[in-house]
Amino acid sequence: MSEISINPGTLPAGPDIKPKLSRDDILMRGSMIVIALYLVATLVLPLYTMLSKSFSTYRMELSQYEFQVSDDAGQFDGTILSGDALNEQIGAFSGTELSTGSDGRLSVTELFPDFSFRSPVMYQIRNTSDTGRFLVGSTLQDNTDWVTLDSNQFRRVQLRPVQSRGLENFVNYFSTPALFNSIKNSLWISVISTIVTVTLAFWFAYALNRSCMRFKGVFRLIAMAPILVPSLLPGIALVYLFGNQGMIKELLFGASIYGPIGIVIGSVFFTFPHAFLIISTALAISDARLYEAAVSLRSTPWRTFWTVTVPGARYGLISAAFVVFNLVITDFGLPKVIGGQFNVLAVDIYKQVIGQQNFEMGAVVSVVLVIPAILAFAIDRMVQSKQVALLSARSVPYQPTPNRKADRFFLVYCCLIGLFIVGLLAVCQFAALIKFWPYDLSLSLKNYDFNKMDGGGWGSYINSIKLALLTAVIGTSVVFFGAYLVEKSNGFRTGRSIFQMFAMLPMAIPGMVLGLSYIFFFNSPSNPLNGIYGTMAILVICTVTHFYTVSHLTAVTALKQMDREFESVSSSLKQPTMKLFARVTVPVCLPAVLDISIYLFVNAMTTVSAVVFLYSPKTTLASIAVLNMDDAGDIAPAAAMGMMIFYTNATARIIHLIASKGILKRTQGWRSR
Amino acid sequence: MLQKTPPGELYLSIQNLWKAFGSFLALKDISLEINEGEFICFLGPSGCGKTTLLRAIAGLDLQTKGTVMQDGKDVSNLPPSERDFGIVFQSYALFPNLTIEKNIAFGLENTGRSKSDIAVRVNELLNLVGLPDQGKKYPAQLSGGQQQRIALARAIATNPGLLLLDEPLSALDAKVRVHLRHEIKELQRKLGVTTVMVTHDQEEALAMADRIIVMNHGVIEQVGSPTEIYREPANLFVADFIGEMNQIQSQVTKGGRLSVGEKTFACLGHNFNDGMPAIAAIRPEDIIPHEAGYLDTGGNRNCIDVTLDEMEFLGSFWRCRLSNERFGSSELIADFSINAVRRLELEEGRTMVIELPENRLMAFDVPETAA
Repeated sequence: MSEISINPGTLPAGPDIKPKLSRDDILMRGSMIVIALYLVATLVLPLYTMLSKSFSTYRMELSQYEFQVSDDAGQFDGTILSGDALNEQIGAFSGTELSTGSDGRLSVTELFPDFSFRSPVMYQIRNTSDTGRFLVGSTLQDNTDWVTLDSNQFRRVQLRPVQSRGLENFVNYFSTPALFNSIKNSLWISVISTIVTVTLAFWFAYALNRSCMRFKGVFRLIAMAPILVPSLLPGIALVYLFGNQGMIKELLFGASIYGPIGIVIGSVFFTFPHAFLIISTALAISDARLYEAAVSLRSTPWRTFWTVTVPGARYGLISAAFVVFNLVITDFGLPKVIGGQFNVLAVDIYKQVIGQQNFEMGAVVSVVLVIPAILAFAIDRMVQSKQVALLSARSVPYQPTPNRKADRFFLVYCCLIGLFIVGLLAVCQFAALIKFWPYDLSLSLKNYDFNKMDGGGWGSYINSIKLALLTAVIGTSVVFFGAYLVEKSNGFRTGRSIFQMFAMLPMAIPGMVLGLSYIFFFNSPSNPLNGIYGTMAILVICTVTHFYTVSHLTAVTALKQMDREFESVSSSLKQPTMKLFARVTVPVCLPAVLDISIYLFVNAMTTVSAVVFLYSPKTTLASIAVLNMDDAGDIAPAAAMGMMIFYTNATARIIHLIASKGILKRTQGWRSR
Repeated sequence: MLQKTPPGELYLSIQNLWKAFGSFLALKDISLEINEGEFICFLGPSGCGKTTLLRAIAGLDLQTKGTVMQDGKDVSNLPPSERDFGIVFQSYALFPNLTIEKNIAFGLENTGRSKSDIAVRVNELLNLVGLPDQGKKYPAQLSGGQQQRIALARAIATNPGLLLLDEPLSALDAKVRVHLRHEIKELQRKLGVTTVMVTHDQEEALAMADRIIVMNHGVIEQVGSPTEIYREPANLFVADFIGEMNQIQSQVTKGGRLSVGEKTFACLGHNFNDGMPAIAAIRPEDIIPHEAGYLDTGGNRNCIDVTLDEMEFLGSFWRCRLSNERFGSSELIADFSINAVRRLELEEGRTMVIELPENRLMAFDVPETAA
């Protein structure tokens, strides 16, 4: 009815008001740009380099070289021979022999059948264009001048390939069954592991949330234990249990643990806590009123389960499924240890790069691996954005009622799961403490004498602690500050949404892919950051970036709970925003800050995939040592080191718990009325 | 208080202010002048642009076009930290981990004051808002009303020239709200600080403001003192938004009179032409009751006999529904004093005469969307 008073005006022409930026605005935008640039340098550019590497092909272009051959007296008659023509004439190299990798070298004397390094014949060689290059010994020639060499020097001439772009690597990949079969294998074990893990974790979470069984706290702790160890540790335990000399290998009825069976069992172990956490959260937020309604409508428990419980938890289930799928398909450590001849994508990357030094093919496999990982990630994000708050302010939390039969059933079920988790860890600890399985079962600590094994010895353990501490401190600072800037700065919308996108990206990138892209990016001599290659710094940077997303989301969630007007009040009082940040934001968000730091610490201790390409002899890590000792056949020391990681992480968690309680008590007194 | 200009002089001037969110215009060509020491209320329904205007004055969300002059200085594009104001939000926005003292002292730090000066000032402010012993507590330990007083103390701690209040009372209980609005008004009078308050509660605006700016759909509908706004609404929106208003479809006839059904009434001056439709409007309390038969004796042309359909006792007065077939389907609502009801022996079903005083009967445009 009030429409009459509308002045249907339009905005007058002329420039809009241009805000004058305060010093705080400039500081915050500047800092945001710095952190965004950090993410560009440590994530976007390396990935781009890797992508372009996968499309790089190398080929010897013989037409780029010209030769002159002298007579026995060393006199040249002026005849110029093209490399191309020479090869056609004598057929020294076939077309496939000429395609090569970035490190390809071709000995030029093959083109001259009557070459002898003792002959007095002189040779002249030159590039016909600027792109041609060849080596004389280790000296690179990249100009078009003639180089005169005697026979002895000429045999040390090697041609270098020319780079071009194309799909050739991908064509190669898909025409090699040994390689592309891994796609099928990876998808297969990921799907199976996902189904098994989500099912097991659902009933475990259901028992903990919806029954009245005893020892819930203990089971909750046990369920989280696998997070504290590298993913390859269950593989070692499985070798001891079901391997060729396994304790109970008869249970497999002759099937081999080395292969899909081992990978699936191990994957269930290490992804269980992730699935359990997500599903447990979904089950915890349930409205008792729905169950009361179901009872009053005389619904059977079975029907209530399918019409109330499962739909309520469905987003959690879907989310858990994609998270588990992603973890399994991108995992490297476990299939490396127990995969045997069963090839999966993540291990293929490692084999191509470390085994065959074929970096281009490694990049191709990475691109292939990124696709399902990104898809799983994207679907998970979509599902999560659809998850509306099921728990309104008026919801009544569900209180389970005792049911002796069901409670006993759930207790037995949880004990079985608990036995599985604790059992695998116990086997590792047992393996670490006995002298020589299965011949000498006496206890000894000799497996802890890491300095006598491959893998860097105790030094790698110290390095891991250093890495974990640095990652926790630096990562938490960068992530939390970055999240603050993105959440609380004014205007600058485009910049902020680009930043958000960068922050979400690491979650979708498998560790192996990130590590490999770091080689391409940081190891390039033309990169000014080349200096950090092979240092602790690159390990810290890589680990922080690898685990950026979850930390960022934790920080954002905490920051969103802060009153939006704090910054307005502070600036109206003419106080610097950084004072507000230090005096109010950080103290109020301290629980989240501590959570982020322990998350980064634990993951830095256990990560293998990203850093396996980046450590140097000076920066070997405990988790890598587990891998390398296992590779070298020192399985017991590998188990011992794995358990060291477990105890370290367990201790860190306990310290974190005590510290949190202490700090919270001292600084969060305001929370209680 | 720093008195930069003598009281009553122009302090804040807003000229041709526009604010666009994408294609949506939240503020359309707003011009406004506020004097030193005034208490101004922006009043309007939610989404009318009042908070947007306040945030533009504060520099928290810059306007798209237009200028804001504060104390003779163009602050149009300045960030909040370079303007001179204190602000109080509906959510209080007290820092939860700092004590009350630290909250109030927050803006006093880094201003060249010594620690003891700050402590003295904090105590002074705590006394001013009537919470002298609460300094060591944390915000969560205070009630909502107490927290809002602390927020107010924090906002005025540095003696800003302008106090901005963004729905400061909306989160509080009705009783606390009435009490606190009185206190805020007192405090403002004592300090003489120019104050702009945003509210959607007309009662709050009428009780507190020196001048009310009524806004709707991004434009100012009327500016005036509470009595002006109430007694002489500029248009039907203002008339309807503030207080109760009878609205009767009518037509303008010769001499500017309004005809309703078969009856015509004299009314306040207007500039409608003969034959145009208009809304005749009168407040329920302006209708004067007379006993039946009054029309014949007095011959007053603005009188009409009606049937008293329904009476509702509202404590200090009776709300009555009146009808007359000559009014067509329109029903009138009138508030009669308890005295009048007793004197005229009014009860449901009786007929009576009412007078619509010429100087209280207004004519407004017919809203376009009413069709």
